[in-house]
Amino acid sequence: MATEALTLGKALNAGLRRALDRDPKVVIMGEDVGKLGGVFRITDGLQKDFGENRVIDTPLAESGIIGTAVGLALRGYRPVCEIQFDGFVYPAYDQIVSQVAKMHYRSRGMVRLPIVIRIPFGGGIGAVEHHSESPEAYFAHTPGLKVVTCSNPSDGYTMIQQAIASDDPIVFLEPKRRYWEKGEVDPEAEAYPLHSARVTRPGTDVTVVAYGPMVRTALDAATAAAEDGRELEVIDLRSLSPLDLAPVYESVRRTGRCVVVHEAPSNVGLGAEIAARVTEECFYSLESPVLRVTGFDTPYPAARVEEEYLPDLDRVLDAVDRTYGW
Amino acid sequence: MARDDDTLVQLLTPDGERVDRAVGPDGVEYSVDLTDAEYRGFYRDLVTVRRLDAEATALQRQGELGIWASLLGQEAAQVGSGRALRPQDMVFPTYREHGVLYCRGIDPIMPLSLFRGVDQGAWDPIETRCGMYTIVIGAQTLHATGYAMGITMDGKVGNDDGEAAIAYFGDGATSQGDVNEAFIWSAVYTAPVVFFCQNNQYAISEPIERQTRVPLYQRAAGFGFPGVRVDGNDVLASYAVTRHALDHARGGQGPTLIEAYTYRMGAHTTSDDPSRYRPPAEAEAWRSRDPIARLAAFLGKQQIADESFFAEVDEQARTEAVRLRERVLTMPDPAPDSIFDNVYPHGSPLLDGERERFNAYRKSFEGSAH
Repeated sequence: MATEALTLGKALNAGLRRALDRDPKVVIMGEDVGKLGGVFRITDGLQKDFGENRVIDTPLAESGIIGTAVGLALRGYRPVCEIQFDGFVYPAYDQIVSQVAKMHYRSRGMVRLPIVIRIPFGGGIGAVEHHSESPEAYFAHTPGLKVVTCSNPSDGYTMIQQAIASDDPIVFLEPKRRYWEKGEVDPEAEAYPLHSARVTRPGTDVTVVAYGPMVRTALDAATAAAEDGRELEVIDLRSLSPLDLAPVYESVRRTGRCVVVHEAPSNVGLGAEIAARVTEECFYSLESPVLRVTGFDTPYPAARVEEEYLPDLDRVLDAVDRTYGW
Repeated sequence: MARDDDTLVQLLTPDGERVDRAVGPDGVEYSVDLTDAEYRGFYRDLVTVRRLDAEATALQRQGELGIWASLLGQEAAQVGSGRALRPQDMVFPTYREHGVLYCRGIDPIMPLSLFRGVDQGAWDPIETRCGMYTIVIGAQTLHATGYAMGITMDGKVGNDDGEAAIAYFGDGATSQGDVNEAFIWSAVYTAPVVFFCQNNQYAISEPIERQTRVPLYQRAAGFGFPGVRVDGNDVLASYAVTRHALDHARGGQGPTLIEAYTYRMGAHTTSDDPSRYRPPAEAEAWRSRDPIARLAAFLGKQQIADESFFAEVDEQARTEAVRLRERVLTMPDPAPDSIFDNVYPHGSPLLDGERERFNAYRKSFEGSAH
């Protein structure tokens, strides 16, 4: 398969297919993942080709999906669980946080749970409540879990395979509003390390840190800012736990300014962690405080006003302007 | 709630009389045919398990364990079911299954290290085929079910090298969503799993009436698999019923819910006070159904064992308890920076940094008076 333009959704599907193909112990499980191919069709065609024991349609109960995955992992399988939407992960929260995250620690390393928990997350698709949330901080706060998110088809294709191959339990967040955006995917390209951040657009004036759905927004803001003569450096974090902030520190030491962008509410969110660490590491390089552009500290609002809630390129540009106010 | 004792599968009466056959509510006829040596083996297990448990309770009272969850009164349910397991079966215990662990051949020091706080109960679940203690109520029933699904996917059902999983939990756990999800999952996937509920009548202080309005074994019918209530103070019946359920699972016929009807003679853990929530007469009534006394009566009446055997078992159990005590007292604390071990299989830069700073900070006190 040569390089081709795929949507993020198709790229994830291709990545899952390759993982199933490579390792007979990989199983996909979740609600509607089989015949239907998932509500977003990310698992489209996989059950047809790999059978009902490899792509398992489950009863409708999220704790059950994760809890049985623990048992399958103990048996030597590598379960890839699909949680249908971000807001539905909470019934499984206990299994994820109390069981999946801790079993390696509790067993002094004798038990490994190579489980991937795929969650389409974030808003911007006009959905009803519980379908647009950004729960990443809950999981990033939990020792024993790793949390990653892809922002483009190329990363989607490689990162899902890397996550499945990893011995860590991984929460894999998929930016659902980007499922239909296309990008080049080269299946033969050397994979970028899973837990590494990447400079997506180099710049000299302000460091903009984003992940998942907000990388596109940050890049759009950088394009707009360039027209006004400001060069934004956009960093895609990719890994939310562990955070790879070395490229951010390096960048901020050059630019002196930092804006963190995410959809989740700001209070006790990833932005707070990043701001604190950047302040500790880059204090004497900073020209202004690290600013955050985030969703508000409200429940995710109704679809007709979600555009007011979601950070857009204007709010990013406004924050960039404010970093020049000190 | 109806306490219909007619539904109990019993093969040994509280007076020590053998019952040849008992028909369960599932219509299955249960019986056991043991050798004299096997009867004596059950007795030895029961006495040893009780003695080790008593030692652990004493150690807690002397401040050597942070807390202890005693199995007093539940020995027969645990030994009976534990001895019904085959080596290839996988056990998913909650936190009171010291007797099951004993039958599994796991060093009795292991659960004590958990309750002493030197580790988190780290016997090797793969090697021993026994999962770690699960303190979040009922979570392990899903693990057992998933594991059993894996057994099916591996083709290890319905043939000679068949395997099964067994999940242990209490009456309180049946109120949890996870247990109900495990019932649904195991039924729809025909998973080779046995759900072994020790109904010891209390979830800490909440009586069974606060968990259910129907006998627990009847719940199984609603999920589409057999449920059976066994006299949990009868080691023979517990053994027979569990063995049958495991065979049923291994044969590819799916799950069974066993309700072992028993009584927790002590506190939930050493931290609570049952006199606040249990009438004294209740425990007294259960004392007459003691699992060890009834087997002893049977062994005596049948001349399967004599006084010298009983004395020898007591002495052996005492010796094991003394050895256990000595080992608990000399158990070393883990290294301070071991808190950073095994969070992730391949480490993490965040933790590497924290460990480095932690050790440097500790080192800064070296040689100081305080």
